[in-house]
Amino acid sequence: MTNRELADESHATDPINAALTADEKVGLFRDMVRIRRFEQTSLSMYQKGKIGGFLHLYIGQESLAIGAVSLMGEHDHVITAYRDHGHALAVGMSMNECMAELYGKATGCSKGKGGSMHYFAPDKNFWGGHGIVAGQTPLGAGLAFALKYRKLKGAVLCFLGDGAINQGAFHEALNLASLWDLPVIYIIENNGYSMGTSQLRSSAHPQGGLAQRAEGYGIAWDTFSGSDVYTMRARTWKAIERAHEESRPTILEVLTYRHQGHSVADSKHKDGYRTKEEIEAQKAQNDPIVRFRNLLMEEGVLDEETAKNIQAEAKFEVDQAVKFAEESPFPDASAITEDVYYEVDKQTESGRTGRHFFN
Amino acid sequence: MPTLTYRQALNEAFAEEIERDENVFLMGEEVAQYDGAYKVTQGLWKRYGDYRVIDAPISEAGFIGLGIGASMLGLRPVMELMFWSFAYVAFDQLINNAGMIRYMSGGLIHCPIVIRGPANGGTSVGATHSHTPENFIANTPGLKVCCPATAADAKGLMKTAIRDNDPVYVMENTLLYGDTGEVPEGEHLVPLGVADVKREGSDITFVAHGRAVITSLAAAEQLEAEDGTLAEVVDLRSIRPLDVDTVLASVRKTNRVVLVEENKPFCGVAAQLASIIQLEAFDHLDAPVQRVSAIDAPAIYSPPLEAMQLPRPADLVAAARKIL
Repeated sequence: MTNRELADESHATDPINAALTADEKVGLFRDMVRIRRFEQTSLSMYQKGKIGGFLHLYIGQESLAIGAVSLMGEHDHVITAYRDHGHALAVGMSMNECMAELYGKATGCSKGKGGSMHYFAPDKNFWGGHGIVAGQTPLGAGLAFALKYRKLKGAVLCFLGDGAINQGAFHEALNLASLWDLPVIYIIENNGYSMGTSQLRSSAHPQGGLAQRAEGYGIAWDTFSGSDVYTMRARTWKAIERAHEESRPTILEVLTYRHQGHSVADSKHKDGYRTKEEIEAQKAQNDPIVRFRNLLMEEGVLDEETAKNIQAEAKFEVDQAVKFAEESPFPDASAITEDVYYEVDKQTESGRTGRHFFN
Repeated sequence: MPTLTYRQALNEAFAEEIERDENVFLMGEEVAQYDGAYKVTQGLWKRYGDYRVIDAPISEAGFIGLGIGASMLGLRPVMELMFWSFAYVAFDQLINNAGMIRYMSGGLIHCPIVIRGPANGGTSVGATHSHTPENFIANTPGLKVCCPATAADAKGLMKTAIRDNDPVYVMENTLLYGDTGEVPEGEHLVPLGVADVKREGSDITFVAHGRAVITSLAAAEQLEAEDGTLAEVVDLRSIRPLDVDTVLASVRKTNRVVLVEENKPFCGVAAQLASIIQLEAFDHLDAPVQRVSAIDAPAIYSPPLEAMQLPRPADLVAAARKIL
């Protein structure tokens, strides 16, 4: 865990949140519930042996993706690491295509070629889904470079975990982002652990936290607890405005907590690298869905019945997605060599010239 | 036809493509104000300015990754590695990101990027600066790689690479930058995946790429002068995609083949070629396939020994004579 506890500060009345209609607020709640339900069902399908490889669940962190993505406009883009289901659903990818991808089916968002860590939806400004820790951080700078090159007013939300901040590629990206005034926002989702190694055991940082390392690059930064979606929106919006108006980068460190293990592989390590008491305390105090539900009820925007309906609808939606995934076909064997080369797939002259495959 | 250096030919390719397509820009260490560490981009920053010709800090993982990200949004970055040896600190970006994103996204994304620079030994700069990773790149489905040997091919392949919609990695050679050759005027494009018979012959075939083509041509001259042997020289130009047909046609004609490369032998390009030739032209071979590669050790510094470590015309002549 981290060595810091940040005081909560209400941002409910900040203009960016005050502008939300009641329906939009309930929509944010619904979107978080949908992620939670998708992840719970994914875990259960994994345990039934339906899903291969790794599964990194977003349960407990929903307010971060939902809060940030809810602020995106036409020229704003998002890219993240391997814990990507929440961001994918947040940008509007369907549960069907996401679940089918976990199943390795042809109807998956990546046609069963990427799996859990590699969801993409460029039509929704979502650029993945990246498996190598911090490997996406220079790409985020590159998307921002392209926006600037094209003279578009946009921002790139580049998510990374706290375990990514010690990779060289991230620091190289930070230097370029500041040097070239790129409108990129690095959002460190600090859930306290890089896999099984706590932040205390992995990352040296100034007193202000991980994001304060930004000062070495002359980059603006902020650190806050992200379990309140209003806070996530308000503090991220400042960074988006900076990107839009000044074409300057920002580093945000957002404290959060994952309820499950790093991946399903360490779900039984509860009394190893972190204690059961810590997990239970975090769930009780900082669950973003419970927090937002209570807030909306206090505001009179949400009632028990609507909340129950939202839960039931999410369950129905994911059950349908499981059915869709189950019934979908696996890709044909011929798909193995498709989507390797653009020119080959499109059967252009370039793609028809020379041998591209060597079996 | 005008005579240009290999360096000038590349420079013309960049200028023409910058003018043709506003999405094309050059980026790399010292490419702009310094005019290029090897002067390949000379004058381009003065002509096209900061927007199109951009100096990057020494930060290959960062700026190569940035270029790949920009290409995902449709820009056509032409990224210089001062040496391909420096690619090794950017391998995650080069392989995992540029090479895998199209596949892992089920074809939703593609990266129209060129990554280029010299990849060669023979300049007494030690092992870390003398790598020739065309075989690593060719081993990565999703990536394309070519190694021009002449000025005309350097220009034509570079222009094609910039227009291609897949990542194309172009490996040049500092020892060739000053070589001159005739370069066709006007629009000159050399397709990827098309080899070129640089010298016709009937007795034996040398298959090579990059500077090994020049070495092969010298060996062919020597064989004709000393033995009356007519050697054919096939320049692969592009490694992946690979023009298998031209190689096989030459082997079927001469029935003897020496595969030449400046790379190390283990899992080199010639290993793949040998496999294809024995499988697809076995009945046409009158002798075992011969290989001449760099001597299998890290690139040595000592200048006279380094000259020995790389294939020389005499090595090719000896290999040819073994099977003639």
